[in-house]
Amino acid sequence: MPSRTVYSASVEYLQIMDEEGHVDAKLAKDTLSDEEILKLYQFMVDCRQLDEIAFKLQRSGRMGTYPQNKGQEAAAIGSGYAAKKGVDFLVPCYRENAALFLHGLPMHYILLHWMGDERGNQIPEGVNMTPLSIPIGTQMLHATGIAWAFKLKKEPRVAITYFGDGATSEGDFHEAMNFASTLQVPCVFFCQNNQWAISVPRDQQMNSATVAQKALAYDMPTIQVDGNDLLAVHKASKDAIERARQGGGPSFIEAVTYRLADHTTADDARRYRDTKEVDAWIGKDPMIRLRKYLERKNLWSDEKQKAAEEKAKVFVADVVKAAETIEKPLISDIFDYTYAEIPEELERQKRTMRTSSLGQDPTQAGLAAEPSTY
Amino acid sequence: MPRTDMMKEKGLTLVDAINEALYQEMERDERVVCLGEDVGLNGGVFRVTDGLQKRFGADRVVDTPLAESGIMGTAIGLAMGGMRPIPEIQFEGFLGPAYDQLTNHAARYRTRSRGAITVPMTVRVPVGGGIHAPELHSDSPESIYAHTPGLKVVMPCTPYDAKGLLLSAIRDPDPIVFFEPKRVYRSYREQIPEEEYTIPIGQAKVVSEGTDITVVSWGASVFECLAALDKLPEDVSAELIDLRTIYPIDQDTIIQSVLKTGRCVIVHEAPKTCGMGAELSAIIQEHCFLHLKAPVQRVAGFDTVMPYYKLELEYLPNAERIGEAIVQTLSY
Repeated sequence: MPSRTVYSASVEYLQIMDEEGHVDAKLAKDTLSDEEILKLYQFMVDCRQLDEIAFKLQRSGRMGTYPQNKGQEAAAIGSGYAAKKGVDFLVPCYRENAALFLHGLPMHYILLHWMGDERGNQIPEGVNMTPLSIPIGTQMLHATGIAWAFKLKKEPRVAITYFGDGATSEGDFHEAMNFASTLQVPCVFFCQNNQWAISVPRDQQMNSATVAQKALAYDMPTIQVDGNDLLAVHKASKDAIERARQGGGPSFIEAVTYRLADHTTADDARRYRDTKEVDAWIGKDPMIRLRKYLERKNLWSDEKQKAAEEKAKVFVADVVKAAETIEKPLISDIFDYTYAEIPEELERQKRTMRTSSLGQDPTQAGLAAEPSTY
Repeated sequence: MPRTDMMKEKGLTLVDAINEALYQEMERDERVVCLGEDVGLNGGVFRVTDGLQKRFGADRVVDTPLAESGIMGTAIGLAMGGMRPIPEIQFEGFLGPAYDQLTNHAARYRTRSRGAITVPMTVRVPVGGGIHAPELHSDSPESIYAHTPGLKVVMPCTPYDAKGLLLSAIRDPDPIVFFEPKRVYRSYREQIPEEEYTIPIGQAKVVSEGTDITVVSWGASVFECLAALDKLPEDVSAELIDLRTIYPIDQDTIIQSVLKTGRCVIVHEAPKTCGMGAELSAIIQEHCFLHLKAPVQRVAGFDTVMPYYKLELEYLPNAERIGEAIVQTLSY
């Protein structure tokens, strides 16, 4: 029996808008209108401002550790905008704030989260997302399960989950991909390949030429896109989401982007990466190319930029104020939200704020004559 | 499955009772889905889910890929998506790969989202030794999960309790680890009501009343305790308590009993150190200190790895060891 090829596949790469803001007219046809691009660019200015201010809040001791999103906004916005607000469900990592805002998460919730307050995770009713996921790569399984529930309930809804290149080394990533594919659930796996997992570069993370090809093992439609190109991200996301909605199962998107900032405010990337590499990526910033595009179309100008930045400053100042004026949570919260109904022992700990028993209650230590109330 | 003539005549086993509870709850609530390795067509390796797929279809009784973290993690998602998942982990030794999803995610979602997101699911897990199984098929890890805030842990040992507690667990708004002592899956039959009923989670059961000594146990060890009690001198009045729920602990039932008897022996299969016996013993000394007539004793598994099955009966607490501890505590 002669040998034969039993499987072969390839991975497409998509870019619609290049670094100079030039657009492939044919590919751009079914993507965003100029009106939408303008709106999303202004939103991007807001998000970048929030990101910079969050960094400053940490540096001035007003907020804890924070992972900057800078440079990855096109990936978050392009994909988030492609999902239906109030219908689809976002299962994020922690570097796609903009997508969450697009789906209704109040901006100050993100600050509240990083200020060490769980109420930043208290997703409002009607906003469809899980809170930021701090451990790496555990959330894709939840997205798969949520999408599975949509399928079982025959609801035309899609779950989209975000993670980085490093997360694709985790076992849970592969289990999620395999479950999603085997069960054909409406889930979109969106990888923000930002080239670095803290200090470990992508080529030390895996020996695969692309992250996107990992989906081939699960027979999942997959694509690599320029993650700093809003139009390409949006098109790939929309295709994947609509395919999922129509019963076409899960898809994978690798958005090639770059983490322009440190991993978090607790990190110093100069210890492990060349500034030349960073400089080369600065030119690929999604905001630069969008601005060039809009300017070329006479939709943008220096004055408009200045006005947008001023507006963002005022807006973000209000967001900061909203987060900072929220009073410290009550310690009773930690007891009240552990279970739907508080167990007796926990109730006692809450009531006394002690775990020691002497002096708490006369019936304790058998000191009371009648062991009646516990 | 509907009851067979055998069940009608001789009563239900633990397996039958759990199966009946699953069947009835799946009839009642279409959000309930069972998922796990071999739970569908094969009916589970212990046949606990036998007949469920035939009745409710492959969408609701799902043979998943062989990946415990995947089972636990997608069950979390199913629960968040509005379903009532019942994932089965085939043996307690395979909880390892699912540990992160269970303890760091299922257990924490409610508190970390301040109630916005909850994970109502019941994780079914056969537990414990005594069935001549290969390694990592015989452990008793209940204290690990009782030590995880956000989880509830249940371990019934009789068909009656299993049915009532399982129905409560499935309807509970929080994640529950439902341990099924596999040694007594088929060793004991009991006539139980066919209609549905619930038993509150967090309530221990006084199996037999007594005044001289309290014996607390759970899981298959309860039957060893009964055997030990049978062999005690006739003038000894021992009170046997089946904890049934490992967490939240029913402190009151234990405290009331020990205040009455002044003596206590705790029996469990899990290793002694940091086992639930340690916690119960601490509760007893906190609440019954001046009433104690003897130190609280623990008859437990040894602080070793669970041996392969040739030695498992020496490892597990048996009626002889339990009886010895009771006699010594009584004569202290």
